[in-house]
Amino acid sequence: MSAPTTTSLQITAARPYPELLDLPWDVPLEEWPDKHLAALPRGISRHVVRFVKLGSRVLAVKETNAEIAHREYRMLRLLNRLEVPSVSPVAVITGRVDRDGEPLNSVLVTRHLQYSLPYRALYSQTLRPDTAKRAVDALAVLLVRLHLTGFYWGDVSLSNTLFRRDAGAFAAYLVDAETGELYDVLSTGQREYDLDVARTNIAGELMDVVASGALEVDMDDVLSISDRIISRYRALWSELTEPESFERGERWRVEARIRRLNELGFDVGELAITTDIDGTTVRIEPKVVDAGHHSRRLLRLTGLDAEENQARRLLNDLDSYMAAADRQNEDEEIVAHDWMAEVFEPVQRAVPREMRGKLEGPELFHEVLEHRWYLSERAGRDVGLDEAVHSYVDSVLPSKPDERAVLGVDTQAIRVIAER
Amino acid sequence: MATVTFDKATRIYPGGDKPAVDALDLHIEDGEFLVLVGPSGCGKSTSLRMLAGLEDVNGGRILIGDRDVTTVPPKDRDIAMVFQNYALYPHMTVADNMGFALKIAGTPKEEIKRRVQEAAKILDLEQYLTRKPKALSGGQRQRVAMGRAIVRQPQVFLMDEPLSNLDAKLRVQTRTQIASLQRRLGVTTVYVTHDQVEAMTMGDRVAVLKDGLLQQVDTPRRMYDHPNNVFVAGFIGSPAMNLLTLDVTDGGVKLGDTVHPVERAALSATGDKLTLGVRPEDLELSERGLPVQVEVVEELGADAYIYGSLAQPGKESHQVIARVDGRRPPEKGSTVHFTPKVGHVHLFDQHSGQRIES
Repeated sequence: MSAPTTTSLQITAARPYPELLDLPWDVPLEEWPDKHLAALPRGISRHVVRFVKLGSRVLAVKETNAEIAHREYRMLRLLNRLEVPSVSPVAVITGRVDRDGEPLNSVLVTRHLQYSLPYRALYSQTLRPDTAKRAVDALAVLLVRLHLTGFYWGDVSLSNTLFRRDAGAFAAYLVDAETGELYDVLSTGQREYDLDVARTNIAGELMDVVASGALEVDMDDVLSISDRIISRYRALWSELTEPESFERGERWRVEARIRRLNELGFDVGELAITTDIDGTTVRIEPKVVDAGHHSRRLLRLTGLDAEENQARRLLNDLDSYMAAADRQNEDEEIVAHDWMAEVFEPVQRAVPREMRGKLEGPELFHEVLEHRWYLSERAGRDVGLDEAVHSYVDSVLPSKPDERAVLGVDTQAIRVIAER
Repeated sequence: MATVTFDKATRIYPGGDKPAVDALDLHIEDGEFLVLVGPSGCGKSTSLRMLAGLEDVNGGRILIGDRDVTTVPPKDRDIAMVFQNYALYPHMTVADNMGFALKIAGTPKEEIKRRVQEAAKILDLEQYLTRKPKALSGGQRQRVAMGRAIVRQPQVFLMDEPLSNLDAKLRVQTRTQIASLQRRLGVTTVYVTHDQVEAMTMGDRVAVLKDGLLQQVDTPRRMYDHPNNVFVAGFIGSPAMNLLTLDVTDGGVKLGDTVHPVERAALSATGDKLTLGVRPEDLELSERGLPVQVEVVEELGADAYIYGSLAQPGKESHQVIARVDGRRPPEKGSTVHFTPKVGHVHLFDQHSGQRIES
């Protein structure tokens, strides 16, 4: 039986954000006054999206229908819980009406990922093919992680991904989960379809950058970059999941496999080892692998939250610190504490306050180490960290853009289901 | 172009005990627009994904034309998933936006040009081919996205709730566009929706699923006039068909103080009760018949809908919806009587839910 009902504003949120109530929910998002906005996107997207300042946070607010908003909110929460790199959902707001009582679209609120860059922000005038390759490589790692978790994306593309700098590489984060579905295990068909969509979308996105004049490569180069998503994905997928057989005497290969997985940034949670009936052949198969081998170790030792390659870089520096001070036999946690106090933190403090929004701490540290290597090579001697950091802050850092909040809906492709 | 055949196709999810799709037998004709519809969890999307190659088939086969594609990878099936979140590229022309996937596939330039021209003609986009997407209206952009699927010239189009993220107005408009475009192209199309109105307005035929089982596949008209079971009867049509559990009596079923005649042969197979279905527009105000207490009167101008409950002391309460003349609707709170129009009554077995032919 349907009778007219009165609606009231409903906020679904995991944590209470009372400030959300201060936003003008009775106004269509397109007409929100500037005072609430952190940046105004210039492009057209399928949904209206705005970036909003709320206290010290930047939030992305997307208008869509209630069903889709709730679905994506739940999906993002699940992905966050499964520790998949993705944006964090903040709230779903339904039951909006304007001042005349006309219903307005529901919204999904997510938190802006600090220091993240949309792919079109990875270049200012020209996109270097090498940068494009590194972005694709990062996307391949993300796709493998998503598939291992049982997440079928349905719309893999550079536009639906955010990138964070990761010690010379990139780490990719999922932004748009609207088409995604979570299963216990994905079928080969689902994985293959995602890969095919990824390859096509990446090629299309690169062709668009070529058409804009920001990438000077021919069609073969475009295809060789977009095909990387497939080759990189397959290589990583097989290393992480495929069984391996060897003679009983070659048991070192168990250790070797685990090391290779660690090198790739994965921990082995469960490894199935079987032998055949006469015991001459051993078969191993990784059953549970968890990404973040180096970042977990770094977090445990120092409390620093870093991307995988950054963590590897920092841990290497910690190792050299241990060796240089001849403290390899000491408790690792204690040495790590001293390394933080004597090495890592002084580098961070050397950066003037006004330049601190340019790079994240671990990325800055990585850059300073790179800079020291470059200085040492040029000088033909070992340049100290102190000298390196001052040279870096004087000569390199000032020209870097501020990347704490690069807000990039304007960089997306134009969605087709756009306007009335 | 091709037919599509589900031959006892079955999907059981790992760890699941009940099939998500249970021995689906469905033959779709060349050029046909078939809509899979049903409530959430009925297996409609799973069926579509089995055809797309996204879900493993655990039993039975799937054929496109004469070709068994049960184990063929998605990209080799010659199918196209239509507008799943297409994005248009702002720096590329409309022609390039339509043809870029062919370029990736290595199709010769002349061939791409010809196919894009053809698609643009069908989509009424010919004069925009050299423009950038920004210069187009929302509707034109949507057609460019459709063009992207059309230029691939697939054997089958697959659409999984493509209108779900549109608002109500745009949904109706796009629904008509897709249906008319499909008819012009004549490409076999399988379309999934949870919305029975969408299904009934778009499909050449409609397949209703529930709990992984095909309930009925028929033309929209036949489905409406001749539902095979109680589920289809209640699912198809808005407002829904009235389904009343009534006592069987000698020569018919008891409708208040009247008897609706039913052939003895039809009654012999059933127990002492059966389910009688009658659509809201097939009930007529009468001096006798089903007593209904009017609770809500929804006036729509020419028509009005009465929402009420069956006023039968000591009996199970039933909701009743009836369409009446909008100029003289009964008053809220009053008790009125209805009898069904002759020939517009559906009878179902109370236990099996199957239709009883009468």
